[in-house]
Amino acid sequence: MINYIIQRIGYGVLILIGVNIFTFMLFFTVNTPDDMARMNIGGKRVSQDAIEKWKVERGYDKPLFWNEAAPGAEKLTKTIFYDRSVQLFAFDFGPSDSGRDIGYEIRKRMGPSIALAIPTFILGIFVVIVFSLLMVFFRNTYIEFWGFTFAVFLMAISALFYILMGQFLFSRVLKLVPISGFAGGWDLFVFLALPVLIGIVSRLGSEALFYRTMFLEEISKDYVRTARSKGLSETVVLFRHVLRNAMLPILTSTVAVLPLLFLGALIMESFFGIPGLGSYTIDAINAQDFAVVRSMVFVGSALYIVGLILTDISYTVADPRIRLG
Amino acid sequence: MPKLVFLATDIVLYLLLVAIALYAWHALRTPTLRQTWRTVVRDPAAMSAAVVLGVFLLISVFDSIHFRPLLPPAPGVAADAARAYSTRTLSLLDALLAGPRESREKTYSVPLGTHQYSKESMLVSGKTVRDYPRLQFGGAHLKDTDREWAGDVAGRSIGGLAGGAVGAALIWMTVAALRARPARIPLRESLRSIWQRTTDIPWRPILLTASLLALFIGWVAALWAYYHVFGTDQTGNDVLFQAIKSVRTAVVIGSLATLATLPFAIAFGILAGYYKGRVDDAIQYLYTVLSSIPSVLLIAAFVLMIQVFIDKNPQMFETGLERADIRLFLLAAILGITGWAGLARLLRAETLKLTELDYVQAARAFGVSDRGIMRRHILPNVMHVVLIVAVLDFSSLVLYEAVLSYVGVGVDPTTNSFGTMINSARTELSRDPAVWWNLLAAFAFMVTFVLSMQLFASAVREAFDPRARAFRPHRSKPVASAATPLRGAATSAVAD
Repeated sequence: MINYIIQRIGYGVLILIGVNIFTFMLFFTVNTPDDMARMNIGGKRVSQDAIEKWKVERGYDKPLFWNEAAPGAEKLTKTIFYDRSVQLFAFDFGPSDSGRDIGYEIRKRMGPSIALAIPTFILGIFVVIVFSLLMVFFRNTYIEFWGFTFAVFLMAISALFYILMGQFLFSRVLKLVPISGFAGGWDLFVFLALPVLIGIVSRLGSEALFYRTMFLEEISKDYVRTARSKGLSETVVLFRHVLRNAMLPILTSTVAVLPLLFLGALIMESFFGIPGLGSYTIDAINAQDFAVVRSMVFVGSALYIVGLILTDISYTVADPRIRLG
Repeated sequence: MPKLVFLATDIVLYLLLVAIALYAWHALRTPTLRQTWRTVVRDPAAMSAAVVLGVFLLISVFDSIHFRPLLPPAPGVAADAARAYSTRTLSLLDALLAGPRESREKTYSVPLGTHQYSKESMLVSGKTVRDYPRLQFGGAHLKDTDREWAGDVAGRSIGGLAGGAVGAALIWMTVAALRARPARIPLRESLRSIWQRTTDIPWRPILLTASLLALFIGWVAALWAYYHVFGTDQTGNDVLFQAIKSVRTAVVIGSLATLATLPFAIAFGILAGYYKGRVDDAIQYLYTVLSSIPSVLLIAAFVLMIQVFIDKNPQMFETGLERADIRLFLLAAILGITGWAGLARLLRAETLKLTELDYVQAARAFGVSDRGIMRRHILPNVMHVVLIVAVLDFSSLVLYEAVLSYVGVGVDPTTNSFGTMINSARTELSRDPAVWWNLLAAFAFMVTFVLSMQLFASAVREAFDPRARAFRPHRSKPVASAATPLRGAATSAVAD
């Protein structure tokens, strides 16, 4: 088990190295730092001096991979690649292109992101399971048909519509919650109520259909037939047998997304003015702050890999038949 | 003669149509494929959706034939002088809808409105008054708008709906007549069997959908010449026209991006599954790296890069439309390059299964080369997976475009798209009174399009993936408890 985990972590680090080299190539060799400087300062007629100054301030004036001028080992370390790419593994993100410390920003913004993501996630799973179990319970009736149709319809609507209409209805017309913003304490509930609700609804359609399929697959298994033939009622079969057994694949599949919750919800945060990592990322993309985008790519893929490892482990914990080695 | 212009996305769209036609021809000639597609054709929801999709596709084809109109010769120029073409590139759709396209107001106005949304200072008999000015085009034929408007709109609506109804009736009669001829039954009999749903192809839902569309088109056609049916946007452009123009962007994004994933996904998926070992490891590594990067960030990174490239090389693009088009093209390509991991994983699993089968082993024993086996024996047998994933991905890509446009890495701001329409709706909804029609138009068009695509896709999946068929909801009343174990048995039999 320990060996397996170590092996998986090693593979994860390999993947991260791949991600890093890939993003470095994308950001520094497709376009030179000069191009970035020109774009960041803005305009086409930017003097070479201004570009040089911009590069020196951000440490982009060094060579990419190999510094001929530096002595000894610094030939490798005094390069952009070492500064901006290798250092990420120590979670040292360096300053953003606008000069602020990325690591500090990430630590500060993780809180609000989680405050939004965790309730959305937990309540979301609950609602989806209830909805899909009801569909399965009333299978082959009109209730299932209309539930299915409703879910398909929900799926066809862009998340942006839910946000815009939710804000319009609940904040503007009914004046129940503020349109956007964020605050600590009890106000947190007021500010997060709408984003959480919308977050749940926008994912309900596709996930309910997916869970429904999973439940139906489970219901066709032999042990369910046995339970029925023992004379158990449909309710008991569904809630005691099917739900428990179907929870296994559900839980193991949700483990994979758990770490990604830290990344925050991109559009949700920026629409509702929640100062989390999602809105940070969007602001960085809009301001064309490549340093922040690069750091967020690194954090995002690191979390994804953690999710992969957790999934592998959770399989063994949940199902003793699976042995790792 | 206007000068034809072929944009990058136009050409790909034409090629796509040719490919679809070739596939249809191939499917018609192959008995198994024809049988599978027949189940799609028998699905009422899928066929109704296909009618809607057909209209959308037609719109985007009309919008993909671009030309630069010939300018009238300037006075005093010799007759044999070089012809001058307009610098603006138009599409056939632009030319057809020249009326709404050119009737530009100053700013917002409500659907079917006659007055502007915001007040302006006007000179009325020598005095300056602040009031809502009349629109330049919308309802310009009315003298006294307060009294005449309701009657005029109602009258034209009825006329338009009547026209639509005539069109719908014509469609019904044509289909009934076409059916009656080969079956040698009278027209009435043919109509009755359509209405009673005793036909093989579900003609009733198809024709009902077509009738609804005809009514809507008739209504719009009757009013559009005199009013802005869905209002105007901030710069006074007709919202309905923009929504129609956005259809092409959605179609291009959906089809092009799906198309762009295919070469990577098919090549890598089959190679990994066929060769296993080192090759498999390398390809798995590649797609794990790609899928570990959050997709929005990956796309954003790519788009920022091409933005720098486009800004650096402005001389490569002659007109603004060409620049916007190349961005659309590259965006679709990026969506393809970043999105192939999922399909590749499925194809790898499928190929792993196939290589163990006897006929592949037999081919190997006969000395068929690896390339030959992959091309002749593996590729045709994984195509159903490709088809299912392609149609399923299409609608999610259309939805994704809106999100990307919001993040600021979507299509060029000058390109009409559902994403840009929704984007502007954000500030419009916070105005007082709220500007809701832009969002409504985008919503109506997008939901219709995505829903149709999803219904069609799920029918295709059911036809090509027997496992999916077991999970389709039944509208019938429960047939005691006997039905469930039976259905379960069927499922597990197929799964095994």
